[in-house]
Amino acid sequence: MALLECRALNKHFGGLHVTNAVDLTLQPGEIHCLIGPNGAGKSTLFRLILGEHQPGSGEIYFAGENITSLKSFARIRRGLSVKFQVPGVFKGLSVRQNLEIALQSHHHGAALAQEIVGLLDFLGLSAEQAQTAGNLSHGQKQWLEIGMAIALKPLLLLLDEPTAGMSPEETHMTGEMVRRLNAEGMTVLAIEHDMAFVRQVAQRVTVLHLGQVFAQGSIDEIVADERVAAIYLGQAHA
Amino acid sequence: MSAVVSLLRRLEGPQTLGRGRGFWSLFALVLLGAVAFPLLTDGYTVGNTVYFFVWVFIALSLSLIWGYGGSLSFGQTAFFGIAGYGYGVLTINFGADYGFTWIALLIAVGIAALFALLLGYFMFFGRIAGVFLGIVTLAVTLMLERFMAQTAGPEWHIGSARLNGFNGMSAMPPLTIPWFDEPIVLFADVGLYYIVLAMLVIVYLALRILMNSSFGNVIVAIRENPERAEMLGYDIRKYQLITFVIGAALAGLSGVLYTVWGQYITPSSMGMTAAALPLIWVAVGGRSDLTTTVIGTLVVLSGFQALTIYGSQYALVFMGVLLVLTVLIAPNGLVLGIINWVTRLVSRRKQETA
Repeated sequence: MALLECRALNKHFGGLHVTNAVDLTLQPGEIHCLIGPNGAGKSTLFRLILGEHQPGSGEIYFAGENITSLKSFARIRRGLSVKFQVPGVFKGLSVRQNLEIALQSHHHGAALAQEIVGLLDFLGLSAEQAQTAGNLSHGQKQWLEIGMAIALKPLLLLLDEPTAGMSPEETHMTGEMVRRLNAEGMTVLAIEHDMAFVRQVAQRVTVLHLGQVFAQGSIDEIVADERVAAIYLGQAHA
Repeated sequence: MSAVVSLLRRLEGPQTLGRGRGFWSLFALVLLGAVAFPLLTDGYTVGNTVYFFVWVFIALSLSLIWGYGGSLSFGQTAFFGIAGYGYGVLTINFGADYGFTWIALLIAVGIAALFALLLGYFMFFGRIAGVFLGIVTLAVTLMLERFMAQTAGPEWHIGSARLNGFNGMSAMPPLTIPWFDEPIVLFADVGLYYIVLAMLVIVYLALRILMNSSFGNVIVAIRENPERAEMLGYDIRKYQLITFVIGAALAGLSGVLYTVWGQYITPSSMGMTAAALPLIWVAVGGRSDLTTTVIGTLVVLSGFQALTIYGSQYALVFMGVLLVLTVLIAPNGLVLGIINWVTRLVSRRKQETA
């Protein structure tokens, strides 16, 4: 059974057809990358999946259940989790408290403290745990938010440009992080512009263009597709 | 037993200033001073101090909703007034026998909380946030003031309680403890002082525990980034509503105690000035902490009273200037600003000597 299934999703903003009959199916355990030029409708598709936008028509199934009309928090509780494009950490709170807020609905007392230590270690933020999250470097904020997203132990992790603003080394480390999570059984759907990252992690790639699914396949198939190169990779390589 | 211990541990935490032996020793010392205070001074000063204490509850309610929760409510005075009038109507109708004044206190606070539940439901589930929340709550309290101000005619009564329009209600019985031969009536004197002081300590400690619990974590998370909080699986509207209702109950407690203290309540207690003053106390003290809120409120209130007593009609203007200065110089509050400044000074001293 597919973990996530978007069936014929449509969304209009005024006269703009931002999501046009999008079908997208994710199998459990895969890392799937969503690429496409700016304005292709990638972030809108995320917001539809997360319930921040309601589709004009179409349905979303998660683990066999129709979640189209569920509120965002209810979808999260069923096993979705997200890292936003702009780091959405709690800036005024300490790194530790950020993680505590993410973990506290599943763990309590000593077990909670232990989970926080483990997660800090995984993220490489142990030394920064007492710092205010707003004072972290950009890359560290990205990791902290990834940490908050995976703290929920989601079935499906949505990553919106997880490596935006990162150095090549940080990007590579983030890729390794994603692969480790995937090896532990987490399904990942990532929006990403950085093709090095896509090559590093993606098992399947979907190309969105003008709100429609333009192409779908393995990274090699997508790279070999001249039509895709024309709309997207060509620009990236230019 | 272990539940009690884990509750007590939550008296300290990331959401509240002050921890360790030093802080709690100081707390005990201040409390001891407050307990001994009526023995060292005259009845008038004791009654006046009760008056200051009464306002701390509404200030704490604002700290909770605004400082911790990030939603500016201009309407705490509405709950203040509803509970104040509620107590008046109940006790004028049913008297003070059999400890009824205490039941009236609870019912009046409950009515304020119920009203907040209704208003808050439409606001939070209607996704009203930010400055619009302030506008709606201000409109509600001003509407209530206008409404109560036009109830002068004899047709405006609930049971035997006349609402009395702009002059307000008066002569409701004070809080009364039933006792064997003769009930103990708590006039605005030593008796009421100890009762209100005890309530203040309980509310302060309970709020410390609440804010350092996982519930408090979610509340500050919503202040910092509501979208992120929702995307961690929290139904943020529910948390905002619960906070709003707790805040309304505290504001209502202020209202009842104010009514009990002076045995009167008027529509102007819900007016523009009344709505603005608690904001100033809380902003000046430091809205994002319970302790600075308490200190700030008591200091600014007594300063304000001194100003009005010693002949200055400009007390309100001064309060406005104080608010503007606070926002410009120490946006997190003057008390917090001073504490941070002293801490920096001490740590610099330490570094220099090291």
